[in-house]
Amino acid sequence: MAVVTLKDVRKVYAGGVEAVKGVSIDIPDGGFCVLVGPSGCGKSTLLRMVAGLETISSGEVAIGDRVVNDIEPAERDIAMVFQNYALYPHMSVYDNIAYGLRNRKTPKDEIDRRVQEAARILAIEPFLQRKPRALSGGQRQRVAMGRAIVRKPQVFLFDEPLSNLDAKLRVQMRVEIKKLQRALGVTSIYVTHDQVEAMTLSDKLVVMSGGQVEQVGTPTEVYRRPETRFVATFIGSPPMNILPGVVETDGRVSVGGQSLAAADMATDLKPGLAVDVGIRPEEAEIAAPGVAGCAFAIDFVEELGATELLHGTIGEGAFVLQVPTGSVPNGTKQVALTIAPNCVHVFDRETGKRLSRRPAEASKAA
Amino acid sequence: MEKRSVYTNKLLPYLLLAPQLVITLVFFYWPASQAVWMSFRIEDAFGISTEFVGFENYVTLFGQRSYYESMWTTLVFSLAVTILAMSFSLLLAVMADKQIRGGSVYRTLLIWPYAVAPAIAGVLWLFMFQPSLGMIGRGLIAAGVPWNPMLNGDHALLLVILAAAWKQISYNFLFFLAGLQSIPKSLIEAAAIDGAKPARRFWTIIFPMLSPTTFFLLVVNIVYVFFDTFGIIDAITHGGPAKATETLVFKVYSDGRLGGDLGGSAAQSVVLMVIVIALTAIQFRYVERKVTY
Repeated sequence: MAVVTLKDVRKVYAGGVEAVKGVSIDIPDGGFCVLVGPSGCGKSTLLRMVAGLETISSGEVAIGDRVVNDIEPAERDIAMVFQNYALYPHMSVYDNIAYGLRNRKTPKDEIDRRVQEAARILAIEPFLQRKPRALSGGQRQRVAMGRAIVRKPQVFLFDEPLSNLDAKLRVQMRVEIKKLQRALGVTSIYVTHDQVEAMTLSDKLVVMSGGQVEQVGTPTEVYRRPETRFVATFIGSPPMNILPGVVETDGRVSVGGQSLAAADMATDLKPGLAVDVGIRPEEAEIAAPGVAGCAFAIDFVEELGATELLHGTIGEGAFVLQVPTGSVPNGTKQVALTIAPNCVHVFDRETGKRLSRRPAEASKAA
Repeated sequence: MEKRSVYTNKLLPYLLLAPQLVITLVFFYWPASQAVWMSFRIEDAFGISTEFVGFENYVTLFGQRSYYESMWTTLVFSLAVTILAMSFSLLLAVMADKQIRGGSVYRTLLIWPYAVAPAIAGVLWLFMFQPSLGMIGRGLIAAGVPWNPMLNGDHALLLVILAAAWKQISYNFLFFLAGLQSIPKSLIEAAAIDGAKPARRFWTIIFPMLSPTTFFLLVVNIVYVFFDTFGIIDAITHGGPAKATETLVFKVYSDGRLGGDLGGSAAQSVVLMVIVIALTAIQFRYVERKVTY
């Protein structure tokens, strides 16, 4: 178990393509850090650099107090779970799990004890003598986990381990991974493009885009206070609505002709400045009768069961509202919305950065 | 769903199968049965009449010392060629599989020898190793190595082994490379993280995963050394000196075509056929069990 520290890590491929553009992250001992972002954002490359499968162009990766830049993957004391599981097809499940221990010349009875223990934890004891191809996707996933935990490494690395599973199994394995990581207390880095996995698993969420870190924080921080427009629309489902707005005075912003209070908007902005205003679909509320609010024209409704999504427009901008099913009578064409001041996020239209009352550094520390 | 195909026309399936069946019958079963039939007969010296003699040809054959010598030569030759051709091509494939600059050029160059006709390959090697003309042959002699494949049977055998192996390396290389490239990269990475050093990775992961390729090549290479090396041997040594490079297939030719003993030659080819069928059957029976697909 160890602290993992990334200091200004860069990856430049031959030909000059910069896949990772200077990433610094500290992961505390026993922490669960999730790297999330769209494909091609450099998250997998970053993970593979920690694993030692990619060279580090510049910067420093440290596991514990040891800089591992020039250390072989085998010597880094890490274990990795791959997206396609990477089980050795010609070996039995037992041999797959034992392989790493055998390579390290662990005594035979010790290997047996640890393989049996891992198999018990993961409930794969009945399959130990089978070949991987005789297993289902979920069972293979467990074997891959077994191969990782049996070595008792300092760090677990997960490279989209659940994306080959069907939706139901994915939810189940997600919970199991979280439980297992808690129980073992091993520092973990987990790469995914699935923002639900990212939110539920992490205690440290790193949102990446274009080789850069967009935001680091707890899942709640990232959800409540996205630092950039990208993070705002990437985390949360359905994604945050972004509407064109204009800064008014007194911490207010005008959206579609309506004036909204924005609690966190920077106070030094020039009135009249064009900005992007973000509002989460689940955070706008239908105004009580007689209360003034934002005019929301409904085009159509998507039923989700417990909730429904109302698609429509506010002013010129597309807007989605998520409300409990039955909140609006059938055939309603227009409703008024009230939006709490702390649910109005304001972003710079050019840079996409949050225009916050508090500086970004201060909020990161908080 | 009906698993068998259903044809409304009763003749059509037979018609569709006919070309394949005709080819097999005309080019395999007919010559093979002719060989079996001829192996029971003796032809007179002028080729005018033949006489049924039962197993006499076989009895004569197995009474000849030269036949056992040819078998021994064949054994040494086939083992050496198969081992050389397969191990070298695997080595080359492993090296070509690495991400190197100009890798595709190497790969193309390594495949070329396969396009060289056996007789030409044989002549090329003969030229290189000819003791008085060949570059390497003269070099060896200049370096004080007593080298003469024209007179020394062991040297001649070594030369045909090298030439025959060289000819087959390209073919094996192609399959090994394809085999290597079909191994998922993440398996190798997983093994690296699992603490396996490159050599151990090769023997515990890559080599077992190549086993279907290796098995296929083993069968193909053995058939190759038994039958298809005739051209190379004929071009380099004509089976000489003093029959030192006379393999079974070459002996079939020299006894039958040159010696005029068609019956005996036919008996030899039947024995050869039986040996190769038996070898292939053994491989499928025993070696294939160790293959994981």
